[in-house]
Amino acid sequence: MSVPNDRSVPGEAPTDPPSSVRRRILDVLLGVSFFTWLGSVVYPVVRYLLPPEGPALEQRTIRVGEVKDFKKNSGTLFRMGAKPGILICTPSGELRAFLAVCTHLQCTVQYKPDEGVIWCACHNGRYNLQGINISGPPPRPLTPLQVKLKGNEVYVSLA
Amino acid sequence: MSRSPDHAPGGLGRLWAQRLFDWFDRRYQIAGLIEFLRHKDVPITGMSFLYYFGGIALFLFVVQVVTGVLLLMYYVPSADQAYESVHNIMAKIHFGWLIRSLHAWSANLLILSVMIHLFSVFFLRAYRNPRELTWATGFGLLGLVFAFGFSGYLLPWNQRAFFATKVGTDILGQLPVVGTFLLTVLRGGEEVTGATLGRFFGLHVAILPGLATLLVGGHLLLIQRQGMSHPAAWLKQPPEQRRSMPFFPNFLARDLLLWFLILNAVAAVAVFWPAELGDKADPFGAAPAGIKPEWYFLSQYQVLKWMPARIGPISGERVGILAMMFAGLAVFLLPFCDRAVEGDPRRRWLDFFGVAAVTGLILLTVVGYVSQ
Repeated sequence: MSVPNDRSVPGEAPTDPPSSVRRRILDVLLGVSFFTWLGSVVYPVVRYLLPPEGPALEQRTIRVGEVKDFKKNSGTLFRMGAKPGILICTPSGELRAFLAVCTHLQCTVQYKPDEGVIWCACHNGRYNLQGINISGPPPRPLTPLQVKLKGNEVYVSLA
Repeated sequence: MSRSPDHAPGGLGRLWAQRLFDWFDRRYQIAGLIEFLRHKDVPITGMSFLYYFGGIALFLFVVQVVTGVLLLMYYVPSADQAYESVHNIMAKIHFGWLIRSLHAWSANLLILSVMIHLFSVFFLRAYRNPRELTWATGFGLLGLVFAFGFSGYLLPWNQRAFFATKVGTDILGQLPVVGTFLLTVLRGGEEVTGATLGRFFGLHVAILPGLATLLVGGHLLLIQRQGMSHPAAWLKQPPEQRRSMPFFPNFLARDLLLWFLILNAVAAVAVFWPAELGDKADPFGAAPAGIKPEWYFLSQYQVLKWMPARIGPISGERVGILAMMFAGLAVFLLPFCDRAVEGDPRRRWLDFFGVAAVTGLILLTVVGYVSQ
């Protein structure tokens, strides 16, 4: 197909010559193709880097042990799915459970029997036995878990 | 209306590029570096297409590094879990099959392009004085790609890989004096076990890449420093008829286009023929029938198969291995023996050896492939 190279008329302001329009169309087409191609390279890599979700590991209810396993004024760590949980037996013998994940930077907390608090060793955060943050950097209370007794057995479930 | 360059599309981008360039140039004088890149010319002859293979090898090496790093995210180097982790990559991880197939296919192409590159340098006599060390580093890189192929082959811990490694390390064990030492060091004991896998893994992902990066860097630096060799056919022309092209940016632009096409082609091949995994290695099972090395080891494999049990006082296998090592040494020493200078038309008989070597390699590979 032949396209006139110069449509400008003497005396009139010259318009864009068609060749430059064609060039711009080509530029756009090339640019779009290139970025589409780039997307087709980057997309598989990004998808690859994100691991597929495994089977749901989070069991709703976990058997932690028997009542006699937990002494007064002590804390026991256990697995709650992929996360650690902590079962506290208070000085009065009450059982309470929380996710043992510090709300500051996700370190695993522990029970400090001499102070009667839940303590995070990473940045000296403290929670009381209701799981409320009482000193140090933690911004929120610990996530509480439900403790259920079936006979002598202690079960913990997500609240 | 004619446009001034400032108003052209991308004018603003160019302005920023100029500013960025100036910022670096004031501090690091990179104009000299650009000049260093620019001074290399690519001679144009009928054989110029051969100049692309070095660049192709370099590009495929980069593809190996990128896909290899990605595979490392999911691969587990232990005899218990290696096979399962590769299976996981192939079956569960999104596009894992694509990444692994790209790694496998581009590895094969890399070895092929390094071989073609070596033979083109040979036939163009580009290895001659003063480029002996470029040849030597290139020869080292050929050895490295073989070592990469050999060590990477074991990592999926499948049946073929297990026996290929058993045979391959056994061959090294045949070497006089150092054989037993090499075999024990490579296997991490007397047998191919999980310890071997650990060692091959370390070799494949740390030691070899480190060495390869050094050698590739040296190789490229030497080429850039000395410029390209001029083939005899080009030098024979009267000076006014000699044609050449600046490497930067003209030849590099062609390189880039070719790399783009190759990446697409390898991806297409990977989609239609993904890499296989086979059965998990069973150290106490029998070697499966029809087991053979990868194509780039087939010629050596065939030579060893043809060797009689004994030649005089020594085992045939050992004779074959030594013969191949001497052939390798001769290739390595070539630029130190052929003392002719660039463009010297003498020693055409070397071409005969080259053609014989290429034909021999192809024939042995084909025979190795089809024979029982």
